[in-house]
Amino acid sequence: MQVEREMRKEAKKVGIDLEANRPTYFQVDHDSLIQFSNVKGIEVLSTKEALKKYPWLKTYFWRAVDRKKDEYTKYSSTHEFNGYFIRVKKNIKASIPIQACLYLKTNKLIQNVHNIIIAEEGSELNIITGCIIARHKAGTHIGISEFFLKRNSKVNFTMIHAWNEETEVRPRTGAILEENSTFTSNYILLTPTRSLQMMPKTVNKKNCKSYLKSLLLGRKNSFVDVGGESILKGRNSSSLIESRMVAKENSRIISRGRIVAEGENSKGHIECRGLLVSKKAEIKAIPELVSLNEKSELTHEASVGKIKDEELWYLMSRGLNEEEATRMIVNGFLNPEFLEIPDILKVQIRKIIEETKRKS
Amino acid sequence: MAILELKNLKVKIGNKVILDEINLSLEKREIRAIFGPNGSGKTSLISSIIGIPSYKIVEGKILFEERDITKLPIYERAKLGIFCAFQNPPSIRGLKVKDFLKLFTDDEKTVLEFSGLNSTFLDREVNVGFSGGERKKFEVAQIFAFKPKLLLLDEIDSGVDVESLKFIGKKLAKYIQKNKISVLVVTHHGEILRYLKPSKASVMLNGRIVCSGNYKKIWKTIREKGYEWCEKCKLREK
Repeated sequence: MQVEREMRKEAKKVGIDLEANRPTYFQVDHDSLIQFSNVKGIEVLSTKEALKKYPWLKTYFWRAVDRKKDEYTKYSSTHEFNGYFIRVKKNIKASIPIQACLYLKTNKLIQNVHNIIIAEEGSELNIITGCIIARHKAGTHIGISEFFLKRNSKVNFTMIHAWNEETEVRPRTGAILEENSTFTSNYILLTPTRSLQMMPKTVNKKNCKSYLKSLLLGRKNSFVDVGGESILKGRNSSSLIESRMVAKENSRIISRGRIVAEGENSKGHIECRGLLVSKKAEIKAIPELVSLNEKSELTHEASVGKIKDEELWYLMSRGLNEEEATRMIVNGFLNPEFLEIPDILKVQIRKIIEETKRKS
Repeated sequence: MAILELKNLKVKIGNKVILDEINLSLEKREIRAIFGPNGSGKTSLISSIIGIPSYKIVEGKILFEERDITKLPIYERAKLGIFCAFQNPPSIRGLKVKDFLKLFTDDEKTVLEFSGLNSTFLDREVNVGFSGGERKKFEVAQIFAFKPKLLLLDEIDSGVDVESLKFIGKKLAKYIQKNKISVLVVTHHGEILRYLKPSKASVMLNGRIVCSGNYKKIWKTIREKGYEWCEKCKLREK
């Protein structure tokens, strides 16, 4: 099978550019069509092949995500899977992003993805993953992603999803952060999805930082339940969980955040801002802070509601009608600048967001 | 010719009457000061003129350039050239100053500098984290970009330091004169009037205009005798 023209076009909408000279992984259903790296010290393989090549890899499976967590992880651990294996070698600092696309093509398929990402000691890695379903198809996407950040490493992971009203999506992400490492996750969802539920979890050891950010646009009848969880095990570890969301039409969004502070001087903050632009939409914010160390500091801040009249009237007093003023406020609200996107991807991602917003 | 006429205006918020029997005629190129103690209805007057939807006009009418605009929505009034510099402009997260200014101008930088804000403000979000003075300056910047026919200034001088006030006061006065703009100025402590030099003033008490006349005379009386005197004076007239 080859990557068809239609697929290339669709993949661009989620940040995957096959013309770009980047290490690339491209999977359709359970077949990996491209697995390629042109950067020394960066390895990109399908997990199937990686397992054949490296028998030790087996020990990494189900370490960052609990196999028994729920029915989806149980399903995933007992069925055929494929996914990507990305490894960046010790002290390699790769600024060029690695792109990975998971494409769901066959109608009603349960796509079972299992990714393993290893950042060796002192390495730096930027990944952009785009997940997408073919037009007019239904399906289920289960995506297990396990990140292993060795000491002094940095991983920046940006994930863009484009599903449809017939897709159920259950990503299960876990990251284990060894001393002095930093993990950033940017999640972007701007298209309708029947149901999507995920809550990436990090375990932060000494001096580790994690940033779990999501930008969500709820549309049509979408049900979106997205959050982040960090266990601050080590001293001086920290986590920031931040989400921005706009709920339109009949959509329902739940934004969760959970931080458990175990280590001395650990710090965590959950921030959630939600905007309702429909009488039938719903946003729920559920922040949870668990402090187990008297020398830790946990905070949260949430605001959820409709656009303030004062803001609307202010713009309208400058000559915009209500629709134009609303659009301006919503666009501003969905400004991706709060995400921690690496510079090299910023322009591309801003373009994708603008394009999607314009079409909605 | 009057640019703005308020004829026997009665305004409610919910069930409460907040303005009553308001009659006011503002000539073209006139600069009029509106005085009054806190809660006397000055901001309500401005809000009713620009058409904030929660201010319901239940009696009377508003004429702008002889056209009845009583029922026109807020944005249509803006398009006719009515502009209000707000007392408490809201913060709008995510909306960049430059994107906002692009609504009215191609030269955002010059417009900002005109009000004494530097170009670093272009990439900031509208009013987010602005000091009181910076908010006011940004309102002034919008005036230059918007080019109104009728300008309503609501406490533009509060929260602005002396130096900045001098700067924007002078710029505003020059701009207003050059572009033949008509102005209603609501002010509590009157600092801005030193630069704008109104000809007339009106005094509001309890949602009514109780007195209109020569600016200097009225301002002097208020400064010397306070609004208590206005209250008595009004009673005397009755």
